[in-house]
Amino acid sequence: MSTLDQPTRARRHPQPVTWVILGVLALYAVGPLLVLAGNSLKSAREIDSNPLGFPQAWSWSNFAEAWERAHMGGALLNSAVIATATALGVAVIATTAAYAMTRLELPGGGAWILWLLVSSSLPIQLFLVPLVSWWSTLGLYNQPIGLIIIYWAVYSPFATLLVRAFLVGLPREYEEAARLDGAGELGVFARIVLPMIRPAVLTAALVAGLQSYNEFMLAVTFIQDRDLQPVALSLYSFQQGFTTDWSLVSAAGLIMALPVVVLFLTMQRRFIDGYVSRGIAV
Amino acid sequence: MITETATTGASLAGAPVRRGPQPALRGRPLGARRQRRLLAWVFVAPLLVVNLLVVTGPGLASVYYSFTDWNGLGTPHFVGLSNYGEMLGSDAVGSALVHNVLWTLFFLVVPMTMGLVGAFLLSRLRRRQTFFRVLYFVPYVLATVVSAAVWRQLLDPDGGVGAALSTLGLPFLEGLGEVNFLGNPSLALGSVAFVNTWQWWGFLLVIFLASMQSVDPALYEAVRLDGAGPVREFWHITLPMIRPTLVFLGLMTIIWSFLVFDYVYVLTQGGPAGSTDVLSTVLYREAFQNQRHGYASAIAMLLSVISALTVLGYLALRRRLRWDV
Repeated sequence: MSTLDQPTRARRHPQPVTWVILGVLALYAVGPLLVLAGNSLKSAREIDSNPLGFPQAWSWSNFAEAWERAHMGGALLNSAVIATATALGVAVIATTAAYAMTRLELPGGGAWILWLLVSSSLPIQLFLVPLVSWWSTLGLYNQPIGLIIIYWAVYSPFATLLVRAFLVGLPREYEEAARLDGAGELGVFARIVLPMIRPAVLTAALVAGLQSYNEFMLAVTFIQDRDLQPVALSLYSFQQGFTTDWSLVSAAGLIMALPVVVLFLTMQRRFIDGYVSRGIAV
Repeated sequence: MITETATTGASLAGAPVRRGPQPALRGRPLGARRQRRLLAWVFVAPLLVVNLLVVTGPGLASVYYSFTDWNGLGTPHFVGLSNYGEMLGSDAVGSALVHNVLWTLFFLVVPMTMGLVGAFLLSRLRRRQTFFRVLYFVPYVLATVVSAAVWRQLLDPDGGVGAALSTLGLPFLEGLGEVNFLGNPSLALGSVAFVNTWQWWGFLLVIFLASMQSVDPALYEAVRLDGAGPVREFWHITLPMIRPTLVFLGLMTIIWSFLVFDYVYVLTQGGPAGSTDVLSTVLYREAFQNQRHGYASAIAMLLSVISALTVLGYLALRRRLRWDV
């Protein structure tokens, strides 16, 4: 037995080549971000002579200048409003819809799931063109609320599937007991079910909020005014300028990335679980 | 809040009948049922309304507009199949389609391989798994515009990685200093795909890893007793066991590759000289620069048909091979 055991255990220790490959992949993933961080601290002169290396003199003033010139303050505020409204709206839409599909007497059964699957995999390009003129007619074009409604529609099918999967696995005993006690349907939903499905709702809201913060195609199509632009658009126009100052672009890019990276690092397990279910659940 | 619920529930479950009077209890099911049905429609209404308004409604309108000469403002006139005829004969659409196919092949091979190999190696670690997983996933949470800002510097002919490598003194690297990765028509598409890969592959890795972690370890023990090394473990156990995930992500890769827009638009806008144009950028230009909404809708139909055929092909394959995915 021990003769069999030994080689098995020996092989479970990763070989050096494993560490080398994993290290190279880690460098590939994070290295470019380190260059971005380094460049954000260089002066425009230094970036010409030393584009990839460690910054010599740290010019923190880049951040103030980028903040000013790329209109980051207003743009971040716009993005915060859009991401928060998207997260909250998607959470409400997905939770109520998933509850109706799993717990209430909603006619249709499996057809709803098929419809969710189809609409979550329809290309945005399919409805983009008519949507622009519909939104102009409705006065929603070039309005943050118009963009937020689109995000609600685009991100809620997946979120509904996610919350639904969680609800399906949840035992119904507590709900039955509360009903026998005379609790109304709304009471059962709000006081019994909602606290129990909070993790799934939070994951769905986080993923939707992050996606709306990063989203580009719909934002660039539906928001024209600079004052209404989310940060993705202001960073885009800032790097399109024809005398591009890479140290300022790097600083602006870092300002945009920082909230997301911090949020991700603090709640990485919830994020990754949400995305994993996106890759497998459908 | 959860504990409060739990205790209420437990005490209730113990003595359910003692409370409500009998007749009321018997009268309730029908009323409760009706109430639940009404509430069901109220609860599903927000999803239904936003979906019809944003996705389903305009989606169906697109089908109609694709048969018209609509310019986005005036009255659309029915033109039959002429948009489709023009699309099929168009060089711009043809070369965009070729770029989409090349893009698909690239994404089926390069990020998939990186994700698979990375996940396999990571799944064999007993420590530091979370650490690496987080590092690899960071690019995925970044916005397209952020990773574009990173890589436009790194691919810059004057100050980028190429220029840095050319100064190392190695003869075969010297030419890299003059390479304009995003500006050279024969390199631009590959460069854009490379940048998108950087952001994308960590997502694949994390999903492959989750899938590999659910493989029964006893299977690995069995082949190890036969003297199999890591490579054979990968081919004979890991790949067959994660096949459902592999096939599903392959399917999604194909669909997403035909819809790709952000990276091309942000990095090159389809240029130089149309060398990175894909169907989505052609559609976008026809709709919003040339105001040819009818024609753009026909391109949208082409995209939707490609997506639908991919899904149908997947379902047929699954049925034929009797996969229980």
